[in-house]
Amino acid sequence: MADIGQMTGAAPIPTRDSGLEAELRVRRGGFALDVILTVAPGEVVALLGPNGAGKSTALRLLAGLLPLDDGRVRLGDVVLEDTAARVRLAPERRRVGVVFQDYLLFPHLSARENVAFGLRARGSDRAEARRCADSWLERVGLAEYAGERPRQLSGGQAQRVALARALASEPRLLLMDEPLGALDAGTRLSVRADLRRHLADFDGATVVVTHDALDAFVLADRLVVLENGCVVQEGTPTDVARHPRTDYVAQLVGLNLYRGLAAGGTVTLDTGATLSTAHPTSGPVLVAFPPTAVVLHRHRPDSSARNSWPARVTALEQHGDVVRVRLTGEIDAAADVTALSVAELGLEQGASVWAAVKATETSVYPA
Amino acid sequence: MNATSRSASDARRTTGLPAPLVPLAGIALLFLGLPVLGLVVRTPWTTLAEVLTRRESLDALRLSLVCASLATVLCLVLGVPLAVVLARGHFPGRGLLRAVVTVPLVLPPVVGGVALFTAFGRRGIVGRPLDEVFGVTLPFTTAAVVVAEAFVAMPFLVIAVEGALRGSDRRYDEAAATLGASRWYTFRRVTLPLVAPGVAAGAVLCWARALGEFGATITFAGNFPGTTRTMPVEVYLTLQQDPPAAVALSLLLLVVSVAVLAGLRDRWLTSAR
Repeated sequence: MADIGQMTGAAPIPTRDSGLEAELRVRRGGFALDVILTVAPGEVVALLGPNGAGKSTALRLLAGLLPLDDGRVRLGDVVLEDTAARVRLAPERRRVGVVFQDYLLFPHLSARENVAFGLRARGSDRAEARRCADSWLERVGLAEYAGERPRQLSGGQAQRVALARALASEPRLLLMDEPLGALDAGTRLSVRADLRRHLADFDGATVVVTHDALDAFVLADRLVVLENGCVVQEGTPTDVARHPRTDYVAQLVGLNLYRGLAAGGTVTLDTGATLSTAHPTSGPVLVAFPPTAVVLHRHRPDSSARNSWPARVTALEQHGDVVRVRLTGEIDAAADVTALSVAELGLEQGASVWAAVKATETSVYPA
Repeated sequence: MNATSRSASDARRTTGLPAPLVPLAGIALLFLGLPVLGLVVRTPWTTLAEVLTRRESLDALRLSLVCASLATVLCLVLGVPLAVVLARGHFPGRGLLRAVVTVPLVLPPVVGGVALFTAFGRRGIVGRPLDEVFGVTLPFTTAAVVVAEAFVAMPFLVIAVEGALRGSDRRYDEAAATLGASRWYTFRRVTLPLVAPGVAAGAVLCWARALGEFGATITFAGNFPGTTRTMPVEVYLTLQQDPPAAVALSLLLLVVSVAVLAGLRDRWLTSAR
């Protein structure tokens, strides 16, 4: 697991004496989490994964809200936790800021008092904490809301207050749990852009937990994909989007993904079907192509430069102005077609079609 | 009553009240309301002012208010920490501890008074060393009134605060910890303010219970005018010699209690989230 960066072709993270280095291992009943995470100062890493993958658990472990069963967490030159050395700093002694999913702004305190809370707790005098809180509220554009109680703030405003509160006590590590999860679609867009700007200004390490691919792709410098408590893929957003390694990631980025064995320009898939590819390789590979590359025909297409196979339509879903057609057959795939094609081809559940993909549209990379 | 005939004639009504319950409920209402109404009706309005301004009445009222308030303060100082331990602590025997807390709730107050003797009496478990070492004796003093009232009333506060703590979101405490707040700071600035309505409701209940306390008080603190004779005791004694005056005093207590209840109701309504 330590050489995942190398495996996926992502740039290896230089070892530094600052930033976060964590080996997190816990077991809770049938669930086990085993994650190695490195985040450089100023870097934003998104911990991406489906519900129940262990993202939030990882975040709670980093914050010290849950104890490790085994492993260690180092932040800069401070060891936050080390099970072998029996070191464990309580959450209040870690320089870690957390933005919780539903923000958890203290309902009985004003926005200013919320932001000043950490400073006051660490011993700043009232005037100093207040001044600092006001400057933070100004930075997130909420100066005029300083006196408001959290319940009077909108979702987006509460999110910014929560961010200001977490950053005001100058953490070296910022943890965000589904930072945009509680917002409606309209607010999300602007808050996401704002958040990206604030994260760019923050010079500490940032870990953002999310199950939303778009949030991860916009906010993060690097993605760490978690499934069933393990890291299954790690890399830059572009790299992950281009070369998904699991069905979950492929689905997130909207690609058809297959495992197989390459020999020259032909890949024999695990299911026994074959796909022609443009770049000859050999050995175990992953093959990916976008749904837009799949062309549907009523009869067997003539062109020999294409991969084609008979398939049956299992579902039709409207996605904006395209219709996503789910196909089952020799190769299960998703195809994006226009509404016109649906009408012309007479597509409906159970309809028989021929699917075709050009070899040049496929992307092949080592498994 | 006519509810029976109406439900029979009204065919559309399918989920009406079971007929036999209605007259019984009416009797219950009368049973609860009539005595209170009687108190108001039978109050000797002409001599009311005279009775209430008697020296004994004023002494008893002052003593009652002071002792109930002191008992409430005592309950807050000791009961809130106990409620926190019960709600947030993790240790074996917590269930047993909660049972111990609720015992004074179900104990007949007179038995409570006797129990207090066994603990704080001159020959009591704590009372004897207290007497021998410091020369302090508790029974039959004003302090004994406070102790008796606190003993009987504290469970009300503890249960109210514990319930509020259980209902409050512990993740706020976690948020405070990630902001660098010590546990004590978190308790003062976050935990306690968040359950403040529960504490207030508990304190009011506690105060009302302490104000009306009779059995444990008269047993453990006795009946000395000016030092241990509280309003309920005064009412009881007055009833033996001068029933109309007892009614007048009772009305006073009733007014105080209803005022407290009204205050509590407002508190509950305004703190409703």
